[in-house]
Amino acid sequence: MKNLKFGIAGILFGIILVKAEVISWFRIQEMFRLESFHMYGVIGSAIFTAMLGVLLIRKMGWRSMSGEEIVVRKKPFTKGNVIGGLIFGLGWAITGACPGPIFAQIGSGFTVVFITLLSAIAGTWAYGKWKDRLPH
Amino acid sequence: MNFLKSPWPWYVAGPLIGLSVPLLMLIGNKALGISSSLRHICAACLPGKIPFFQYDWKKESWNLWFVGGIALGALLVLLFLGNGEPVALNPSTIAALRANGVQEFDEILPGDIFNWGNAFNGVGLLFFVAGGFLVGFGTRYAGGCTSGHSIYGISTLQWPSLVATICFMAGGFAMTHLILPPLMRWLLL
Repeated sequence: MKNLKFGIAGILFGIILVKAEVISWFRIQEMFRLESFHMYGVIGSAIFTAMLGVLLIRKMGWRSMSGEEIVVRKKPFTKGNVIGGLIFGLGWAITGACPGPIFAQIGSGFTVVFITLLSAIAGTWAYGKWKDRLPH
Repeated sequence: MNFLKSPWPWYVAGPLIGLSVPLLMLIGNKALGISSSLRHICAACLPGKIPFFQYDWKKESWNLWFVGGIALGALLVLLFLGNGEPVALNPSTIAALRANGVQEFDEILPGDIFNWGNAFNGVGLLFFVAGGFLVGFGTRYAGGCTSGHSIYGISTLQWPSLVATICFMAGGFAMTHLILPPLMRWLLL
């Protein structure tokens, strides 16, 4: 049951993603066509708020609920950030979804997005299988 | 209640999304990141003999609870918190998509593309199968997605995440402007 709190956090996150309309395929098209500020506003203000939150945690020296010191996992630079990033961007504009919204689209009743999910899992598997042959 | 049922403006929704980063830190010392869940599903279901999938995925199962919650949260909005109105798009976006063959604008996704009838034809092959594959392959290759890189990574001041985010956007612009329009006209018109 120690994972229940993450399930509840997920429910809140899912509600916000849908109410923000960031799971909408149309909103993603609108963003890449530069015809609305909406998505840029959502992502930009999310980053800004997260940054303030992290800063506050650091300044106050807060620990996690279980008393651990909060660590930030360093993301090393690899060529994958560029090549994989471009590949994901192509898929983002087709499906109208990043991985989070895929789950939210399914929950919103678009059950066919389950195929998108299976395909995304297959893509992840293919990366794992051929990882060593790819430039990093 | 009226506010709960209408779509939320960016300046409400964005900060709430951003709060998930400190929230996950405080409740469990976790880093926001959703594409990892796809890796854990591979490790749990089809590890093969692939080193990339040979780890104790159960230790990361919080992530699967989180994405299960996302689907459930979306279902709750569908049942109780929606207003059933179409997304208020820029009319020029609607006009451009119409010209490329999209006809249904009344839900969050175009119903004429995202339906089971298209599961086994060219439309499905492009929008669910190829699109989904690129999302799964690309996010793992990039080491994260919009949550892990664009929100968690940039807000914790990690420059590789900024590079990845710029590339996400570049890929999206290329697809939307160069590749998708001819493909949509061919498949949908």
